[in-house]
Amino acid sequence: MQGFDFDVIQRSWGYLFREGMSFTLTLTALAMTGGIVFGTLLAMMRLSSMKPVSMLAGAYVNLMRSIPLVLVIFWFFFLVPYIGAWVIGAKEPIKVGAFWSAAITFTMFEAAYYCEIMRAGIQSIPRGQVWSGYALGLDYWQTMARIVLPQAFRNMLPVLLTQTIILFQDTSLVYVISATDFLGAAAKVANRDYRLVEMYSFVAVVYFVVSYGLSALVRRLQERIAIIK
Amino acid sequence: MNYNWHWKVLLETEPGGTGSYLHYLLVGLGWTLATALAAWVIALAIGALVGTLRTTPMKWVVRAGNLYVEIFRNVPLIVQMFLWFFVFPEFLPKALGDWIKQMPPPWASYIPAVLCLGIFTSVRVAEQVRAGINSLPRGQRMAGIAMGLTETQTYRTVILPQAFRIILPPLTSEFMNVIKNSSVALTIGLLELTGRARAMQEFSFRVFEAFTAATVIYLLTNLVVVLLMRALEKKVRVPGLIAVAGAPQAGH
Repeated sequence: MQGFDFDVIQRSWGYLFREGMSFTLTLTALAMTGGIVFGTLLAMMRLSSMKPVSMLAGAYVNLMRSIPLVLVIFWFFFLVPYIGAWVIGAKEPIKVGAFWSAAITFTMFEAAYYCEIMRAGIQSIPRGQVWSGYALGLDYWQTMARIVLPQAFRNMLPVLLTQTIILFQDTSLVYVISATDFLGAAAKVANRDYRLVEMYSFVAVVYFVVSYGLSALVRRLQERIAIIK
Repeated sequence: MNYNWHWKVLLETEPGGTGSYLHYLLVGLGWTLATALAAWVIALAIGALVGTLRTTPMKWVVRAGNLYVEIFRNVPLIVQMFLWFFVFPEFLPKALGDWIKQMPPPWASYIPAVLCLGIFTSVRVAEQVRAGINSLPRGQRMAGIAMGLTETQTYRTVILPQAFRIILPPLTSEFMNVIKNSSVALTIGLLELTGRARAMQEFSFRVFEAFTAATVIYLLTNLVVVLLMRALEKKVRVPGLIAVAGAPQAGH
């Protein structure tokens, strides 16, 4: 191990965690919230009896699931300024920072994956639950919000959380738009001090510890909440 | 949205002078497939082995298999790419490490990319193989042993042929994942399809034409893979053996 300088980690500790890790965690939290909300709506659309609605949602989900995340990141990085200009009615594409571009990308991308999980969750609820909701005089939205979705969430919680761990790992791909997430921060230090081996090994260890710890928690949760049958 | 589309750009010559931009992208598809297929061979070989070993009664083998799976599942793919590309050669004997680093492009990035993707995917294949084996009724194994087969023979002639048929659909989606994940290799300098779409955008300033073309090529590739795998499923199907639909899984 001679010639390696692991002090570089200690020297850049503050930058790595205050700048990098907080970017990664904020992005993960935002994309998880947005992705689950949008994904649940997509799942409801996919299961809708209105053909155009379910086809539209299906096309969106299949498109997102067929192209690489890196390509999606590039797409939105260039597309979001145009969409923003269109929304506020500006003539020129507006400026959007790497963070918000990434937040929108991951919300839109992960929604397709959360959608498939929520669709399975909704489908796992017996039809009788929906019928009894209607029989009690609830409308579609009330039945969904009070009867179907709470049970679907509970059944799918472990899978939703596992997907979030994958999302946490995937956010490292914002490297391709030069954002300063945890990996981006480490890469900047690594290239500045020419300490690639030390920094990338450290990054791998940190990601491993966080992801492994979280998946161990999810496994314990899985054992505790039994599926309602 | 006011964006002036200019589709003819696909037929213009790219700056390298090797042909049109469309040709440039299709060569990228070639590299994407070459990376994905080579990685898939590694993934199937290691994945089948590790997945099978994790269902055997040998405790320490199971533990070693679990350790392997946990390590490569909990580190992001791009970080693993960097480990293979920047870190791994430093831990080899100096002459070998230098030889790897000085390979002519694209091999210096192709080989780490294949190794990285192959091992990353092998973990996911191993999980599928294990799940497939565990989904078989326990009676299958017992019947094999009762008929006088050894443990290895039971696996080879009774358990694995059934398990592989059951997991063929999830393996199809894993194969499509390898194709998609190979785009991460652009971060270590491999000019595959996504990397070339990005390069085309930089050369020609035609952002959305480049990305639309790449998207369409990915969609068509997926379609071909799905059709091929469906044909394969039909060919190896055993009448009467109905695969049980698996539980939803997280993925990307």
